[in-house]
Amino acid sequence: MLNINDVTKVFNRGNINEKVALNSLSLHLAPGDVVAVIGSNGAGKSTLLNIAAGVFPIDKGEIILEEMPVQKDAEHIRAAYIGRVFQDPALGTAASMTIEENLILALKRGQKLRLWPGTGKERRELFRRRLEPLGLGLENRLATKVGLLSGGQRQALTVIMATIVPPKLLLLDEHTAALDPKTGKAVLELSEQIIAEEQLTTLMVTHNMEQALRVGNRTIMMHEGRIILDINGEERKDMQVSDLLQMFERASGKSLVNDRMLLSS
Amino acid sequence: MSLAFLPGALEQGLLWGPMVLGVYLTFRVLDFPDLTVDSCFTLGAATTARLILLDYNPLVATLIALVIGALAGLITGLLHTKLKIAPLLAGILTMIGLYSINLRVMGAANLSLLRIDTLITWIEDTGIGDELATVALGLVICLFILAFVYFFLQTELGLAVRATGDNEQMIRSLGINTNTTKVIGLALGNALCALSGALVAQYQSYADIGMGIGMIIVGLASVIIGETLIGSRGLLQALIAATVGSVIYRVIIAAVLQMGLPSTDLKILTALIVTLALAFPIMRGRFTGISSFTKRGEGRAEHQ
Repeated sequence: MLNINDVTKVFNRGNINEKVALNSLSLHLAPGDVVAVIGSNGAGKSTLLNIAAGVFPIDKGEIILEEMPVQKDAEHIRAAYIGRVFQDPALGTAASMTIEENLILALKRGQKLRLWPGTGKERRELFRRRLEPLGLGLENRLATKVGLLSGGQRQALTVIMATIVPPKLLLLDEHTAALDPKTGKAVLELSEQIIAEEQLTTLMVTHNMEQALRVGNRTIMMHEGRIILDINGEERKDMQVSDLLQMFERASGKSLVNDRMLLSS
Repeated sequence: MSLAFLPGALEQGLLWGPMVLGVYLTFRVLDFPDLTVDSCFTLGAATTARLILLDYNPLVATLIALVIGALAGLITGLLHTKLKIAPLLAGILTMIGLYSINLRVMGAANLSLLRIDTLITWIEDTGIGDELATVALGLVICLFILAFVYFFLQTELGLAVRATGDNEQMIRSLGINTNTTKVIGLALGNALCALSGALVAQYQSYADIGMGIGMIIVGLASVIIGETLIGSRGLLQALIAATVGSVIYRVIIAAVLQMGLPSTDLKILTALIVTLALAFPIMRGRFTGISSFTKRGEGRAEHQ
């Protein structure tokens, strides 16, 4: 499905601020894999998502999505088969445009845009159908500007937008971290439900250890641009957060806990 | 004070209307401070005047000016997207370059169209009266352009252009090449600007190398005046506001001129109007005691 082979990414090469964000990293995802990515700040989690999405080019290695090498494709080309939800709810939607207009653009992800209005009865029905299960009443507010919605509503809308055309790969970048716990939980449940229904292959970065063990079928832990732990199957089932922390210390020789993790677990 | 200036201000406001809609497109919709506008306005005037003097049909000359204007926007767009030159600088580069081009097109610093057939004289010849002729022409063109822009911004492509100005990262993650949408927006905005130049040259019966100086500020002043007085809740309202703002701006200028200010002081007057209009939300907050910060934030969310 997704094969990231021996990928290296260095920022500010040759500069005093040189930073090896990914160090010969390899990762293979089977179809339907839902992988939680954890690690301390600066471990390379977000960089991993960004090189998968094509936000910046890689220095070495290859990225293969369903047999196709994509490492040379620009972000907007890869977007045809990759759905993304960002940490900041403001990043996933256009504030000055209506819910319907945002959804139209999401529905056309990776397709040629027409010089004709994107509205229509059929599409409106589809949008209502997709928004209704959220229980937020957004299905009756299609003409409302997204800027008037709350952060949680916007993030829920972003999840719908990222999956309204089922992507081959879904990237979730700490997408509940900026929300209050209750809203975050609701958005996470919504994401899990859609992932299960559409059997989406997913990479989810999180700072929440509970989440990392409970969501999906596999947990990987990153440290200094490498994957130091890859846990799945039986081993993962009975694992506790404390076990995970111990494993990290053994594998990296450092303590994983930082303020955000203490607060979020 | 005599109100004799009102018909003239209405004429001018309508003829400059497409330019204001163009500035609205680049500045507000695309969020791209495009200074090409200044020279592009002159380019439209120069192209039309020269072509009419070469015996081209005035309508054809006007349409060619529109296409040439789009090319000017295209150049700014390519400078920015392909060569990664900052928006302001990309616009200035095209603007400076066009100054020489405009002189070449005209072959002189100004061209006179006196006693030559233009779009304006055509309509005057139908016998509806000189003043009504210009107002009718301006109104028809403004309404047509307004309807076209309103339609375009709601097409799928238009939505992508709007989203590019709103949230570039989001629209790229949805598979849109923002380089393309930026170039389209700039080409369209500058085409409208050149159209205004073409109309104004025929209205004044001359084209002059300096006629576009400060046009970006005139456009901005009109957009802001319209937004402040009429509002910009919906897309249609914002577009109408920009067009009406263009007329109101001309009324203000004409009124002040009539009070005895020399026309050489127009530029500082325009600068003051824009400053006042830009500062209006903050000053209103000061006076009413409401935090100007939230006011402006709401304005941003409301706009378009």
